[in-house]
Amino acid sequence: MSKDLQENLKRWEKETLSPALAKKSERKEEFTTLSDHPVKRLYTPLDTQEIDYTKDLGNPGQYPFTRGVHSTMYRGRLWTMRQFAGFGTAKDSNQRYHYLLKQGQTGLSVAFHMPTIMGYDSDHDRSRGEVGKVGVSIDTLADMETLFDGIPLDQVTTSMTINAPASILWAMYLVVAEKQGVSWDKVGGTTQNDILKEYIAQKSWIYPPRPSMRLIVDMMEFAKDNVPRWNTISISGYHIREAGSTAAQELGFTLADGIGYVQAGVERGMDVDTFAPRLSFFFNAHSDFFEEIAKFRAARRIWARTMKERFGAKNEKSMMCRFHTQTAGCSLTAQQPYNNVIRTTLQAMSGILGGTQSLHTNSLDETLSLPTEEAVTLALRTQQIIAEESGIPATIDPFAGSYFVEKLTNEIEAKALEYIDNIDKMGGVIEAIEKGYPQQEIGNASYKYQRQVEEGEKVVVGVNKYVDATNQEVPILMISDDVEKVQIENVQKVKANRDQAKVDACLQNLKQAAQGTDNVMPFILDAVREYASLGEICDVFRDVFGVYHDPKWL
Amino acid sequence: MRKKLRILVAKPGLDGHDRGAKVVARALRDAGFEVIYTGLHQTPEMIVNAALDEDVDAVSMSVLSGAHMFLFSEVIKLLKEKDAADIAVFGGGIIPDEDIPKLMEVGVAKIFTPGSSLKDITGWVDTHVQSTKQ
Repeated sequence: MSKDLQENLKRWEKETLSPALAKKSERKEEFTTLSDHPVKRLYTPLDTQEIDYTKDLGNPGQYPFTRGVHSTMYRGRLWTMRQFAGFGTAKDSNQRYHYLLKQGQTGLSVAFHMPTIMGYDSDHDRSRGEVGKVGVSIDTLADMETLFDGIPLDQVTTSMTINAPASILWAMYLVVAEKQGVSWDKVGGTTQNDILKEYIAQKSWIYPPRPSMRLIVDMMEFAKDNVPRWNTISISGYHIREAGSTAAQELGFTLADGIGYVQAGVERGMDVDTFAPRLSFFFNAHSDFFEEIAKFRAARRIWARTMKERFGAKNEKSMMCRFHTQTAGCSLTAQQPYNNVIRTTLQAMSGILGGTQSLHTNSLDETLSLPTEEAVTLALRTQQIIAEESGIPATIDPFAGSYFVEKLTNEIEAKALEYIDNIDKMGGVIEAIEKGYPQQEIGNASYKYQRQVEEGEKVVVGVNKYVDATNQEVPILMISDDVEKVQIENVQKVKANRDQAKVDACLQNLKQAAQGTDNVMPFILDAVREYASLGEICDVFRDVFGVYHDPKWL
Repeated sequence: MRKKLRILVAKPGLDGHDRGAKVVARALRDAGFEVIYTGLHQTPEMIVNAALDEDVDAVSMSVLSGAHMFLFSEVIKLLKEKDAADIAVFGGGIIPDEDIPKLMEVGVAKIFTPGSSLKDITGWVDTHVQSTKQ
């Protein structure tokens, strides 16, 4: 067949294509994806002849899970619609959560403000000007109790975007469940808890890499024995992509981070199948439709093979790359902001066609501020329209067998494996980070992309083409500076009314645990129960572990 | 001949999103300016000290965390206190339009919002930043 086909294609080129090109050349000499991956004019069975259906794709729910992690996918259950939200005080955000649940959202996702992310209380000097701005301010258990007031924690799953201080916020969540009378085996959710990508891309770290990894492994170990439904790490490519990486870099660096966590768990002496099923992933859905679908499919195949072949996993759940997707914030434009609705729709479709388990769709106003309630509702409706009207969820992995998508899946997989291989050769992901390898690869890619936008090689509608001077005004959400005042009063009141002797004792015990090798989770839980603050607990760790500073390369 | 302008590119506050700051720093360097990058998580005090130590002509700051009003005002206030108000302060990030006049009022020379071209930024520096030396 392939010989016949080759001849057939040659004839087509000569008799049909060449005359057409002679009459009118194509729009560009070279076509590439958003990530500069070359795209051919035409893909044919010749491009996919090396694919073995059973070995390389497998049926849905079967190794290597290229077609999806569940046997029924969205026919059984739609993806979880999970809009990331949080701003102001815990009370403000609690109201937004009740609103979103009423609108049909099926899971919660907490955004914290910068001081919480960086381990400072709202009354710390470094928090000035930042309180409640990009997320909700959580200083003590009291704030967490307010945040989930009226939300039974056995009936929702909650994702918390928190990394360096993840163990503390998780402890607060678990104590809130305790107080609601919900046993921990019924508590489900995710802590992002992916510190490696912080050093690589998002840069919200507190301690150096090695002690940070110890805290993460402590959480994996604690979850395995006490909170079996908790996803301890959401290994995140999202921020790597937002920092300007290509699709293949996003995939390669994220999976290399995943390998780093599994390796650390195994080195702690845990059987891989006891903790790996609780690792999940988080990817970006950027604007190049097919490239993204291929990336998601390749992610599942690489992870399955890595877990089976490299780590000897036996439980299929350890091999499944389950992931959350968020549409690409960095693709949104301040110019003609209503165009962002269309971008987000296309990106959401690629995430769903790529088989995501949950999805956040960005709101049209997010290049200007946190989203308004109206903008968030429109973003959620986008998902609901795809789910209920488009017909897309009716069949599983509909692009399988597409000459182009299968070929692109193979090519992106190969490029990602190359990055993983380079990192292995450096001795692992921490060593690669210490050398600045992923950071510099991403920096180069982002600068190159920006230059291409400047030159018009890459088009951004409304920015470098189809520019319209008339400004589309959109309403935006402003966070009042009063939030800072209110929250400082809140935290100081809590600190004044607790049993200080008990707090001091808990922090002292925690310090000893941190200096030794005991799992720190029980000690954090004790401190949290006594209303020790996030900043105080982080100070204990800063004291024992030291702090990390970024290398100042460009 | 005009002396090469020296620009401090700074990331103030707790926010770690440095893609914009680094891209702008590289573009300024490629346009022929001398660029010093502070690294992340700088306090206003650290930025002003770096500006004086490095004897720069301008400070460029990128803020995506919503804390722009406080951070820009504080840097400008400290520069004045150190008798260095001739150092121009400009920047960009996620900054709502309605905050821009307020920032100009406290003495920010220019704010570049999302979608600004690198050419606009380097061109603006070339035309508007004066050397602080004789």
